[in-house]
Amino acid sequence: MIRVEELTKDYGSRRALHGLTFEARQGEVVGFLGPNGAGKTTTMRILTSYMPPTSGEAVVAGYDVVSESLEVRKRVGYLPETVPLYTDMVVFDYLKFMADLRHLPDADERVGETLEMVGLLDRANGYIGNLSKGMRQRIGLAQALLHRPEVLILDEPTIGLDPGQVVEIRHLIREIGKERTVLLSTHILSEAQQICDRVLIINKGRIVVEDTPENLQSRLVGTERVILRVGGDADGLAPRIENLKGVQQLKSNPDGSLEFQFLPAQDVRPLVAKTIVEAGYDLLEMRPVGLSLEEIFLELTKEGQPEIKNEKKKKARS
Amino acid sequence: MRNIWTIAKREYDHYFVSPIAYVVAFTILLVLGIIFALVIWSFSQQSLFGGGGAPDIGAIIGSFAFLMVLSTPALTMRLLADENRMGTMELLLTAPVRESELVIGKWLGGMLFILTVIAITLIYPIILNNLVEPGIDQGTLLTSYLALILVAAAFLSVGVGISALFSNQVAAFFVTMITLVTLYWLMGFPADYVQNGAEFFRHMDLQSHFYNLTSGQINLTDLVYFFSLIAIGLFTGSMAVETRRWR
Repeated sequence: MIRVEELTKDYGSRRALHGLTFEARQGEVVGFLGPNGAGKTTTMRILTSYMPPTSGEAVVAGYDVVSESLEVRKRVGYLPETVPLYTDMVVFDYLKFMADLRHLPDADERVGETLEMVGLLDRANGYIGNLSKGMRQRIGLAQALLHRPEVLILDEPTIGLDPGQVVEIRHLIREIGKERTVLLSTHILSEAQQICDRVLIINKGRIVVEDTPENLQSRLVGTERVILRVGGDADGLAPRIENLKGVQQLKSNPDGSLEFQFLPAQDVRPLVAKTIVEAGYDLLEMRPVGLSLEEIFLELTKEGQPEIKNEKKKKARS
Repeated sequence: MRNIWTIAKREYDHYFVSPIAYVVAFTILLVLGIIFALVIWSFSQQSLFGGGGAPDIGAIIGSFAFLMVLSTPALTMRLLADENRMGTMELLLTAPVRESELVIGKWLGGMLFILTVIAITLIYPIILNNLVEPGIDQGTLLTSYLALILVAAAFLSVGVGISALFSNQVAAFFVTMITLVTLYWLMGFPADYVQNGAEFFRHMDLQSHFYNLTSGQINLTDLVYFFSLIAIGLFTGSMAVETRRWR
């Protein structure tokens, strides 16, 4: 369980977090999405008691991150963004060291099991310095999983992994997320879509949106968009369609196709199709395009974009 | 307590994979070996002419302390500075480990290494004991080794404390060295020249406390001096690690 209330963090005179408030329940995988410098790592460092917030409160696994930091640290598994490791240590010894710091009974066995979970058992006796980035990433993950923590905080867990490993690790995170609380940050939106129960989009130290990936998508798409393509020369077609009632924001794409929007209540597609055919053009394609999570993300984190409320207002107005 | 031991053990093991520790141990043992050979040689020459007293281990102990001024900075420079540089500090500070446990563990790791080297040098008094009749002064031997251990503990503690302030090993090395040189040699100088406060400088002089002990007398003031130095170093280290969080 993670509960964060009005969290702020200042680095000198620069404010990195502006009153962050959110919650992550047990059995939930929450994704932290945002551009570089949005405050993801800062938030995670506060939640793992690495550094204290300037103001606000954060409770992890039932303990306050500032006043009960040792209790928090006992219950949290953390994979830092840079995956710091002792490169001159043997994989097994390193994990054994971390296990000993956590006072795990049967540390040897536990290390073995965890290495198997991340698929690195065959590298147990190799030096960390000789491992590839993807393997180091998995060792970092193993370190975070060693004590089977109540709360798992992962800063970009799949970066540097090859596609096969990405699938495995995502599956592993999903499995863990069934019983525990997982907070992970990512740049990759499809990843958030795949493994997160809930997504928090954060920009410039503020939470811009909080929702399930599915809701997010439908919530933002107030209008429907259509791409259409005609055979041969499309000259002169655009003005005809533009004049039709209900067609909004018509634009020509560089590939020769046209794109427009309409409101769901007012389906103009039959009319558009008829108009095209009657004007003597060959209608080759007319397909709807949904706003991808990528576009939502860009839309929301755009410079000076005043949050989702605008979208809501637009909806209300129409 | 358990965390201190875990960290100390890792550091101790780590010394044996790093070339610096071997270089330090080798240099100390080589120089002491040469000095020991010279001591034996000069005393045997003197006794040939019927003069001189029995050889003692004073020269070895004094040289060892001198060598530690130069070598302990090399042993402590990376202890915390490297954790800061590599980012592994983030790992340790998000594990359930107290700052003080971390710093004391690091210090203890260095201490175990120095104790290993000190243990090896016990071979010299043992040889000497067999050479002279009726053996060397056991009491002085004991206090001399106590002095060595205390000096090592104090130096390492200062080194660890300074290492915590830096994320660059070389910077940590030189600052530690300058501090130790000041404590060992420079602190006593002003005592002979100043009108007031000569006592203060005499008290701060590490060398005089060291030679008090090696001469065979155990004074509370000397012990307090060394223990204070150890405490100050470890406290500085803990504070430095702690403040790193707040930056």
